[in-house]
Amino acid sequence: MADIVVKTEDVVKEYRMGSNILRALDGINIEIERGEYISLMGPSGSGKSTLFNMIGALDRPTEGQVYIDGQNMSQLSQRQIAAFRCHRVGYIFQSYNLLHVRSAHGNVTLPMIFAGISERDRNERAEKLLDMVGLGDRMYHLPDELSGGQRQRVAIARALANDPSIILADEPTANLDTITGREIIDLIKRLNNEQGVTVISATHDLKMLDVSDRIVDIRDGLVERIRKRDEIDIEVGEVGGEGE
Amino acid sequence: MQQRTPIEEQIDLPFVESLRISFQSLKIRFGRSIITTAGITLGIAFLVSVWTNNEIGVALQESGRQSTINTFEETTEQGISTKDIWLIVMSLIVCVVGIANSMLMAVTERFREIGTMKCLGALDGFVVRLFLLESGFQGFSGALIGALIGTLGAVLLGLKDYGLDLFFYFPLLPAQPENGPMQLGVIIVILLGCILGMILAVIGSSFPAWRAAKLPPAEAMRTEV
Repeated sequence: MADIVVKTEDVVKEYRMGSNILRALDGINIEIERGEYISLMGPSGSGKSTLFNMIGALDRPTEGQVYIDGQNMSQLSQRQIAAFRCHRVGYIFQSYNLLHVRSAHGNVTLPMIFAGISERDRNERAEKLLDMVGLGDRMYHLPDELSGGQRQRVAIARALANDPSIILADEPTANLDTITGREIIDLIKRLNNEQGVTVISATHDLKMLDVSDRIVDIRDGLVERIRKRDEIDIEVGEVGGEGE
Repeated sequence: MQQRTPIEEQIDLPFVESLRISFQSLKIRFGRSIITTAGITLGIAFLVSVWTNNEIGVALQESGRQSTINTFEETTEQGISTKDIWLIVMSLIVCVVGIANSMLMAVTERFREIGTMKCLGALDGFVVRLFLLESGFQGFSGALIGALIGTLGAVLLGLKDYGLDLFFYFPLLPAQPENGPMQLGVIIVILLGCILGMILAVIGSSFPAWRAAKLPPAEAMRTEV
């Protein structure tokens, strides 16, 4: 049997906009296996970021359940949710979301501070991680002193700080130029291959297609279709050529 | 890597760690912290100067010099003019609104940071504690400086009005004259100013911080200022 790491059951999310109710997710059912690289694709407003937030316990569904590692997320206490965000998931955002008052090194150590890791160990690990993402020489720079690609690298190092089993990446390349975006994708893919981290990425960057194991197309809050990578090989060639 | 182990409970951070993070945040955001603190300083300086000025006025009247002072003011029997009460109340309101506003702004522009910290595993209580520490420190230092500036202002004003007599009758300590109103004395006024500034700063920042910390991180990070 497949090792299911994320499972959603009829997940519905509604937002109240004044007197209107906006149904961002309209009953989403997906299963994601451990070690997979999944891309949630869809135009803006399709609900992919909302789904991303549900899977990452960053928001609560209006209806339905999200299971991670077999745990029903709605039954967790506040403390468990905090521990879940701290240990199990690494988040990467479109706008990096680095704390601009902390250096690259300070950003990477923060989740480890929350995890209660000793100062010596966390400094050591932060240095190792920043080295790995190619920022060994800019460790003590503030985010404002780094380029977009470098900031996203810091975010990736930070996401890996507590050795998570899932990386959630929300449009990680949207603010980056093509080449830098490609480098970021390669870095995430490498983590997926080498460390067996499950990667779930909300994106409409077509460059992400050819590294994904499966692509979940989201439209109007519903799963439109799920494609395996080998089903879309030809498509990628065409679109990729156009895009460069 | 964890596999199917039940999800543990998040631990509490030692106090020292919160202290370190909040001071680091104040240090790096120094310019912005100064502006927020200046808001507190001004509010308290205004309040304390008006209040001290009043204390000085009352003290000198009690000393029997009222004939030469307050010549153009209507003085009540107790020695405090309605104008003075009005001024103190107004300065108190300006101080409350000013401090609440500057703290509120300082926290609101950091909603995204709060959301991010929660993504990384911060407990709601930790976030609130950070803001409590930061604003408590800002509130105390801002209010202390404000109170001293305010007192200095009132003393200079008093020198102009009463000359060196001011120092003979300077109402430093609380006093209860036989047939006059209770006088708090300047030290108590400074102390009250500091406490007020600190309380206002802490309430003004930890209330919005608490509200932001309660939000799901996705919502906190969406908030644009």
